[in-house]
Amino acid sequence: MRRKTAAGAVAGMTIAALTLAACSGGDDGGGDGDSGTLTIVTNAISGGKNEAEADWINEWVIPQFEQAMADEGQDVTVEFEAQGVDDEDYKTKIALDLQSGGGADIIGIDGIWVGEFAEAGYINPLEEVGGDAVTDWEGWEQIPDAVQNGLSFNDQVYGVPQGADGRVLYYNKELFAQAGLPEDWQPTSWEEVLEASRALAGIEGVIPIQLNAGTAMGEATTMQGLLPMLAGTGAEVYSGDQWIGATDEMREVLDLYRTIYVDEGLGDAVLQQEASGRDTSFSLFAEGEIGILLEGDYFWRSVVDPEVGTAPMENRDEVVGYTMIPAQTPGSGVNGQDFVSMSGGTGRVLNPNSDNPELAWELLAFMNSAEAYEARAEYGGLNISPRTDVNETLLEGNDMLTFISDEVLPITTYRPGLAAYPEVSVALQEATAAVVGGTSVDEALTGYSDSVAGIVGEENVNNG
Amino acid sequence: MSTASARASGRRTRRRPEDVAGLGKAGAGTFMTPALALIGLFLIFPALWTIYLGMTDYRLTGLAAADPSFVGVENYTQILADPEFWNSLRLTLIFVLVSGVLGQTLLGFSVAWSLRRLPRWAKGIVETLVLAAWVVPTSVGSFLWLALLDRRDGTLNWLLDTPGMAWLIEYPMASIIIFNIWVGTAFSMLLFSSALGAVPPSQMESARMAGSSTWQQLRDVVIPNIRGHILTNTLLITLWTFNTFTPYLLTAGGPNGASEILPVYIYRTAIPGGQLGVGAAISLLMLLINLVIALVYMRIGRGRKA
Repeated sequence: MRRKTAAGAVAGMTIAALTLAACSGGDDGGGDGDSGTLTIVTNAISGGKNEAEADWINEWVIPQFEQAMADEGQDVTVEFEAQGVDDEDYKTKIALDLQSGGGADIIGIDGIWVGEFAEAGYINPLEEVGGDAVTDWEGWEQIPDAVQNGLSFNDQVYGVPQGADGRVLYYNKELFAQAGLPEDWQPTSWEEVLEASRALAGIEGVIPIQLNAGTAMGEATTMQGLLPMLAGTGAEVYSGDQWIGATDEMREVLDLYRTIYVDEGLGDAVLQQEASGRDTSFSLFAEGEIGILLEGDYFWRSVVDPEVGTAPMENRDEVVGYTMIPAQTPGSGVNGQDFVSMSGGTGRVLNPNSDNPELAWELLAFMNSAEAYEARAEYGGLNISPRTDVNETLLEGNDMLTFISDEVLPITTYRPGLAAYPEVSVALQEATAAVVGGTSVDEALTGYSDSVAGIVGEENVNNG
Repeated sequence: MSTASARASGRRTRRRPEDVAGLGKAGAGTFMTPALALIGLFLIFPALWTIYLGMTDYRLTGLAAADPSFVGVENYTQILADPEFWNSLRLTLIFVLVSGVLGQTLLGFSVAWSLRRLPRWAKGIVETLVLAAWVVPTSVGSFLWLALLDRRDGTLNWLLDTPGMAWLIEYPMASIIIFNIWVGTAFSMLLFSSALGAVPPSQMESARMAGSSTWQQLRDVVIPNIRGHILTNTLLITLWTFNTFTPYLLTAGGPNGASEILPVYIYRTAIPGGQLGVGAAISLLMLLINLVIALVYMRIGRGRKA
């Protein structure tokens, strides 16, 4: 029957998950130590999302690793399960995989999922899974503690981080020139960003600024919208053992959203509500129809990259400008900073259900060797690697990543690595969705504060 | 079934030997076992499991995923106190009433009615066109609709000369209602086509001879003859529409929950929201609503036959 109830689907899926959990302990091949099959899953696919990473795994990692193993007399086959979906869907998929006792041997995850996955017992500390070889790995010396924290929970490392990233304001230099704005732009307050947006509003058919909002974009709204703005007011989403509630700082951020989307119409409110709004905003920016966009360095290296981008811009290097995100007013940011940013990071973990955990670690270590990062660079779309030895050579000549590494990372802030964060993040997205949809700031603020109290308890919310 | 007919059939069976097939209780039981096992495994067990899950705080990730605890009716009190649930139920009822009961039934009947005098080839063409909507996989169909309704390059905006109109954002409910009518009308059309074929031509002829209008023919001849079909059709369509998940492909329940019918609400709560326990609880509520609908129709059906 074509029509299937979601109720049935949910129940069925749960049943399937539980049945599998009961009768399987990992079903990815079987090995006697000398041979085996390993699988890798990450949200990357040739011809789509994170194409460069997918190509690197297919064309470099797999043949090189299989060859290296064959040289040692081991017959190892590596398979890559390519995915190219929204981050939220990918997370659901791997959570269900892990819950059912299956899943790939090596799994790419967002650092912010480590807490909830660890609490659920889906992933274990890396040394527990991979054994002594993990402790003895030479790579740890090359990865700074701050970067290792990206894949840690309760002081234990659960995976190998894939590097750091940072957020900036991107702007279209051609549009800036048309609006009589400087091509070399560095705003120092929110007001200056709004001024530039007002100037861009004079150009026909151009959306001056898109500041990510709403629930349709998921975590992108929080990470590339609300949190950097909040940092600009000097507040953080979690501080002093409390989550932020209806404070003055939250109100100022929501006021900013209201100014942009409702009062002055500088952004496209409808776009923020579309189911595929983020991808649309990417393609609009690439077509020169958006003036200013707050995004991570991911945007530069994987979206508008002329070769491997999903919305490639042939003249990216000439047209796209990037600049630091100003605090609300100079000095008003967290730690009294003039400029702010948010950082996160992804990484890869070992599946505790793996039949060959030690072999899987060998592959994971291989993927994080200096040699592997150098090979990765050839595929384009490289991010800042977690390894200092690699960064020293690779970032040279890449102005954008050097900018992130030198200017942005020293002033950046991180999301709290707590299991409640993803739910609080949804509440933040709902607050912006409400404001952009026309609800008053007061009402959105009360709604937000109530949701957070429902998630973490009234006593853990700071209402200013 | 009325008591009279029950008595009649009872009398009839009494004349037969008890064991018609001559298998014996054990033999008959053996034949039944595989079917009963399948029903038990795929229907009864999941239903019981849903009831159990609905009383836990089971989640996709985090502590409650590793060790769900029993919370009793807490999920239900939470859901019933949640305005989002009531909003979703209200949207679902509108969706079922307008797109299913009214839209698909009336349109399906109208098409079947206007087709009945057409030459066979013309009828074939129209039927094929309507059926196409039913045969096209819904994922493909919804993709076509996204292209039709797209805000920037959509066909509809081009046809109506309404550039930049975001139909799915401005009129989310109307969009999924029309979409669902498009998807499901074929079923009603086919069912009513065959039903109309069964209306005795003599009755129609007499009605026409008596000079009755089309409306009078429908009211006095056609509808009394096909009442059973109408009932079956409405029951099936109500349940299908109530449970359909396809509108998710168009609007994903958005914007801001404006088209979040119950199946979508359950999905968003359970899977991306990670609250599997709450999702199971809403599923059970939905199952109960389905049962009530089915019972109401069966009651009407019984009343009609009596």
